[in-house]
Amino acid sequence: MGEKKLLKGCEAIGEAAIQAGAKAFFGYPITPQSEVPEYLSKRLPEVGGVFLQAESEVAASNMLYGAAGAGVRIFTTTSSPGYSLMQEAVSYMAGSELPCVIVNIVRGGPGLGGILPGQGDYKQATRGGGHGDYRTPVLAPSTVQEAADLMIDAFDIADKYRNPVLVLGDGLIGQMMEPVEFKQRSTQVVEKPWATTGAKGRPPNIVNSLYLDAPTLERHNIKLKAKYDAIEKDERRWEEYGNTGKLDILLVAYGTVARVCKTAVDEMTKQGIRVGLFRPISLYPFPDAELRSAARQAKAILDIELSTGQMIDDVKAAVEGRVPVHYYGRVGGIVCTPEEVAFHAGRVIKGEQVYTIGEYAGLVTALTA
Amino acid sequence: MELVFKNTTGLVSVPRHYCPGCTHGVIHRMVAEVIEELGVRESAVGISPVGCSVIAYNYFNCDMQQAAHGRAPALATGIKRVRPDLTVFTYQGDGDLASIGTAETVQAANRGEKVTVIFVNNAIYGMTGGQMAPTTMPGQVTTTSPAGRDVNHCGYPIRVVELLATLRTPAYLVRVSAHDEVHLVQAKQAIRKAFRYQLEGRCFSFVEVLSICPTNWGLSPAEASQWLANTMIPYYPLGEIKTPDDGPVTEAHHAQ
Repeated sequence: MGEKKLLKGCEAIGEAAIQAGAKAFFGYPITPQSEVPEYLSKRLPEVGGVFLQAESEVAASNMLYGAAGAGVRIFTTTSSPGYSLMQEAVSYMAGSELPCVIVNIVRGGPGLGGILPGQGDYKQATRGGGHGDYRTPVLAPSTVQEAADLMIDAFDIADKYRNPVLVLGDGLIGQMMEPVEFKQRSTQVVEKPWATTGAKGRPPNIVNSLYLDAPTLERHNIKLKAKYDAIEKDERRWEEYGNTGKLDILLVAYGTVARVCKTAVDEMTKQGIRVGLFRPISLYPFPDAELRSAARQAKAILDIELSTGQMIDDVKAAVEGRVPVHYYGRVGGIVCTPEEVAFHAGRVIKGEQVYTIGEYAGLVTALTA
Repeated sequence: MELVFKNTTGLVSVPRHYCPGCTHGVIHRMVAEVIEELGVRESAVGISPVGCSVIAYNYFNCDMQQAAHGRAPALATGIKRVRPDLTVFTYQGDGDLASIGTAETVQAANRGEKVTVIFVNNAIYGMTGGQMAPTTMPGQVTTTSPAGRDVNHCGYPIRVVELLATLRTPAYLVRVSAHDEVHLVQAKQAIRKAFRYQLEGRCFSFVEVLSICPTNWGLSPAEASQWLANTMIPYYPLGEIKTPDDGPVTEAHHAQ
């Protein structure tokens, strides 16, 4: 076991990538993740790695394409508007089957939005994001320690499936300082016989996503689908917290919000409420069967997000209409409190009208005016 | 019998898809011969663009990557930075390099990436069917400038080599032409020099090759060559526009 260090989330993410054997970082500054390139600009040269500040997220992500194609472990970090610019390269990397890790420290949107935490990029992250029919595994940490652990796992998943892997955080995860321990892991050394490393003693390797012949492209798409099927079968991650079995209410939340919900679960449990939390850790693949199972004896579900409701579609699909699914969330960079969660959960339990996001925000504004 | 001509090992022996009279084929061959002559075929990684030469990955007999439109210099940067031992080149057209990929081109040059860019300028978008390029000549008729390029509407053609020459970072920047045999000899010498600058770890190297597109210009190959000589060369002057301050490449070092 390694020693415990007090690190900012952004630093822990950068260091974890180095521990995972990442050889290079190509990135572009954007709040709230600029601490990652700042940290790596010092740290990567110390360990013989490559740090390069690109001219844009478009270029950074295409540098990843080149370096991933040359067979090395590479990654970048960005925030929402930057990840939108990377969609071109992510789509090409998915099509060319190149492994890499991208961290999106999500902020509020749309457009330039704000720099405070948000979860509005859920659908962009879990549905592929760019053009074409592809998926990227998405891992969502809720603590700095988990961010470090998932970063290391992300590289293994990327290499295993030859696919980009996304780590989805938010400004709180990135900026928070927590003790982190880098576990000694035997990170897999994966042979990459497909990489463009020079055609010495073998036929040339080609890294490419162009298939002009329709039947050939269809075969390629079917091959990718088989890969996504394997990912959906083997890479599901989730956590159940608090009470299980017969529940007055089951909370569903990920990332920072799940952390808030844990406090709410503890407080509500003390008040005798049978409440549990289901936390998807992999957002794609979404742990739908596991959620369905956790919700089997729940009277209701409250889905809580820092968006106007994106994951809720996956939650509803998972429970197949067997349990009523309610929504509560805050947006614009406002993070809900445990008290708010408990308040809304209480209304659901009592069968009272659940406020819409607009009604509730108006209520808060009126009360604090 | 004396062998007077043979295929270069730098190219795969397959039929190519280029139009009759197109100069891509001969430019491919010059690049491939240089790769063979310098003995770098087994360490070379080429990057094909989006455009007529997108399928160049099937033609060059070395490792290849295919890039999103305009991003080849970013891919080249990614490869060369993590594997400086590889010989990295991009092969791009004018729409790819001078329009959608302007940022990647200028920034790779400004960082002094130790890669070689082959820039084929035929003053038009070929693959998409003859639309106006940033390099289209004033008055030149294309499918998106049916009355001829109006410089008051969309400006003058971009001289990429001269644009890059304004950067302080050392570079080898040269413009050559593929329209006749004499110019092809000069073009191959420039391509060879560009690769040698990379092999010596000296600087970013960039070869603009003026090229003809008989199909989309609506001319015969002979007329197209004449049009290039009469119209393009006066606007796009040939020669070494910039060389690194610290002297020329050492010819002997990498010769076979």
